[in-house]
Amino acid sequence: MHSNKYTIIFTMLITMVLAFVLSSVYSSLEEQTERNFKADIKKNILSSLGFAPDENTVWNTEDVEAIFKNSVISFVIDKNGDIVEGMLPEDIDPKIDNEVYPIYKKMTNDKVEGFAIPISGKGLWGTMYGYFAIEPDGATAKGITFYKHVETPGLGAEVDKPWFQQNYIGKKFVDENGVLIGIQTVKGKVDESSDEAYHQVDGISGATITSRGLNTFLLKDLKTYNPYLAQIRKNFNS
Amino acid sequence: MALLSKSSKAAVSDPLMSNNPISLQVLGICSALAVTTKLDIAFVMTLAVIAVLCISNTVISLLRNMIPSKVRIIVQLSVIASMVILTDLILQAYMYDISKQLTVFVSLIITNCIIMGRAEAFAMQNGPWKSFLDGLGNGLGYGIILIAVAFFRELLGSGTIYGYKVVPEALYAAGYENMGLMVLSPGAFIILGLIVWAQRILGNVEEE
Repeated sequence: MHSNKYTIIFTMLITMVLAFVLSSVYSSLEEQTERNFKADIKKNILSSLGFAPDENTVWNTEDVEAIFKNSVISFVIDKNGDIVEGMLPEDIDPKIDNEVYPIYKKMTNDKVEGFAIPISGKGLWGTMYGYFAIEPDGATAKGITFYKHVETPGLGAEVDKPWFQQNYIGKKFVDENGVLIGIQTVKGKVDESSDEAYHQVDGISGATITSRGLNTFLLKDLKTYNPYLAQIRKNFNS
Repeated sequence: MALLSKSSKAAVSDPLMSNNPISLQVLGICSALAVTTKLDIAFVMTLAVIAVLCISNTVISLLRNMIPSKVRIIVQLSVIASMVILTDLILQAYMYDISKQLTVFVSLIITNCIIMGRAEAFAMQNGPWKSFLDGLGNGLGYGIILIAVAFFRELLGSGTIYGYKVVPEALYAAGYENMGLMVLSPGAFIILGLIVWAQRILGNVEEE
């Protein structure tokens, strides 16, 4: 039987050794982890904008960073839709900066090919985070992705499946009078002959609350960006 | 001296079939249900569990004569927890996509009964080399079941194997549909139940 003194010294020693090992591994890997995290967000922005790796290849962190650097311009707008000079999305500190919003613009040979904006809001089990991409006309959906959510696999989690996301491509979130109406999921399949079909997408069966949440926060986030998007629409039509 | 004596061999091979930690001892069910929707995830989870089991068993076995018996469980647990956090950090740095899909289940290896069970039941009484083999055997035994469950769930639930489509488009055109149930946890329960049943019949396991 070990004495109490031995027990106390032993536990203290083992705790110190383990803590030392963990903290040194953590600090040596921290940089790589941080890079992966940022690249993952960039990857989502890229895929919402319609970039995709070739079949049977996988993007690694370097590929993502290279494509992002070459084809995407990021900037920040304020609540009136005006560009905030000299500020990048990385500079936004959610604790002090409110009413500034990041936008990512896809460029090919100086031609604007689309915009991506972050979207987030409540699903069934928790907050869902993703990106929503818009065509250069400022009124048509170009793509949607989710990079973080805790919805039910097979039901709400279908939001990150291609079949659901492809639904959105080409749908309009502005009606013919230029009023922002968002994009709604419907029960079952969209009736293509209906007058409303241009802003509706096929719903996910068994995921009413997830879909309802998605409809709500997509509209809310589009409203935030609407002053900027309205300018885009005006310039595009003239 | 042979590298693997008879009893060392048994330490590795027993947990694979005749004393499998999942299908016979019914330990570690939680993660077997959670991370078996896709083969690649199940595979990485298996590697993570094998690594944690081998290292923690070896470390605890090395310390076995020094660990005061009054606090042995908490010492085992801190060794295990540290190894799990280490694995999680390495996955986040080098296999980010997979670690994202494994989410909390890597951290939950800490509470996997197999690891704690092997530390208390084996590593505290045996030498480091044998404990390492015991960890390897139990990790592999856990992995075999995990991969078997994932194979059926991915095939029936998503129509793919290791991410490659195996169910031909023609079959979908003819009205075949992926089984949604297999993607959800109840699907794993059913498959696991069938595996346990099959093993008990084929292996002539006697109820104690």
